[in-house]
Amino acid sequence: MAPVAPSPSAVSLRDAVALSGRFPLLAGVDLEVAVGETVLVEGPNGAGKTSLLRVCAGLVPLASGSLAVLGLDPVRHRTAVRRRVGLLSHASHLYDDLTVRENIRFGVRAAAGDPARIDPACERWGLTGRLARTPAAKLSAGQRRRVALAVLTARWPEVWLLDEPHAGLDIVARGLLDEAVAEASAAGVTILIASHEPGAAEALAHRAVTVTGGRVTAERTLRPSESAAGADGPVADGPDQAGTTDGAGPSVEPDERPTGAVPGGADASGWVAHVA
Amino acid sequence: MWRDAALVAGKDLRIEARSRVALTQVAPFGVVALALFAFALGPDRTTMAKGAPGLFWVAVLFCTVLAVQRSVSVESADGARDGLRLTGIDPAGLFLGKAAAVGAQLIALEAVLTLGVVLLYGARIQVPWMIVVSCVLGTLGLAVTGTLYGALSAGLRVRETLLPLLLLPIVAPVLLAGTRIWQAAMTGGTPSDGTQWLRLLVLFDAVYLAVGVVLFGPIQETA
Repeated sequence: MAPVAPSPSAVSLRDAVALSGRFPLLAGVDLEVAVGETVLVEGPNGAGKTSLLRVCAGLVPLASGSLAVLGLDPVRHRTAVRRRVGLLSHASHLYDDLTVRENIRFGVRAAAGDPARIDPACERWGLTGRLARTPAAKLSAGQRRRVALAVLTARWPEVWLLDEPHAGLDIVARGLLDEAVAEASAAGVTILIASHEPGAAEALAHRAVTVTGGRVTAERTLRPSESAAGADGPVADGPDQAGTTDGAGPSVEPDERPTGAVPGGADASGWVAHVA
Repeated sequence: MWRDAALVAGKDLRIEARSRVALTQVAPFGVVALALFAFALGPDRTTMAKGAPGLFWVAVLFCTVLAVQRSVSVESADGARDGLRLTGIDPAGLFLGKAAAVGAQLIALEAVLTLGVVLLYGARIQVPWMIVVSCVLGTLGLAVTGTLYGALSAGLRVRETLLPLLLLPIVAPVLLAGTRIWQAAMTGGTPSDGTQWLRLLVLFDAVYLAVGVVLFGPIQETA
């Protein structure tokens, strides 16, 4: 019997250190995220969750350590990685003078996405009719968030990096978001969700990792991941190709374990004073 | 690269058409600058006509600073610059697109300012094609250098004050060459009078275009 190839990592961080000036953003993160896995990144404010996602998106370079996203170095293969990764950040990345539809169209076309997915994404997030023709400057914070989510789902990248995705959304939009994440996860998309209110995101994730002081200090399994347990098929190319993973591996019982001592030591607020 | 350039230029020009900053603020500023120069020179139309080429290009430089600052500020709001980076858009295409949008606005402004120097200063243009060529080449140089230095200052909190300080000395060759070509065009000089200055503009444009295409990406990542 031929050995089963291990599931490739979508995101692989080894002893990753990132700095802002001399200020440590990440202080030695080790994290492996399998293709198709959904990982919740939890931790207090300022622990490094946002920095972790920005590093994975290639927006913040590493000072030391290594990072591979979908097997590629985000610095050397910048364009290739960024076209396959989507980041939902605190900012919506919208142009105030463009309408909702123009913003979505530009975001999708700039990322070389399929324009045919724009209309379904607008409908999914309720951005139709007069709202689609409204300049972004006139939108509420929650509506701006919906537009950013519409760009993400229209692009449908292979890795979704969601930074506090539920923030600013009403109950209906939160439900839509949870649906979209579940659909993407079923389609084999790799998802990292950073949140300091885990309740909203826990149900979506296979695994949770705790970031404290710029390091991953603990992790726990929330539900078994089919993809991470050995399924090695291609990532579905869109929401219409969902549900292709069937190679569930051995069941994994939810557990919780620390990832080891924190060299260098983090203070109570989660900050480290120096990077070794 | 060209697809991305067209996409970005279209986006910037659409934003400009909606906000009308160039029409309602930059163009009036250029005309006011010309009028103030006229006041400073006094009522003698001969003196004004003589100084028209230099004053035209100084007004164009001031307008360039405003147009470039506007181009940078469009990408500063709501993390749009990060959003652009995250799309994986080709940096050379982004550079060319933003420069094309700034250039298109400057060409329109130069048309208004040319009308201004004719009406306010009584300037007479003897060789129109030299004016057109100098404006096209000068605008290209100003747009590419402005976009490049705009990106350099984009991430700084003091970018509004730093940009003119960085940009204006760099574009001095455009001011010099443009003024000389305009002088030749206004005095009815032969084409050879302006040829060496046209060559300077072509060289300036080629150097900064190449530098921008190569360096805009790294600047965008580090600024």
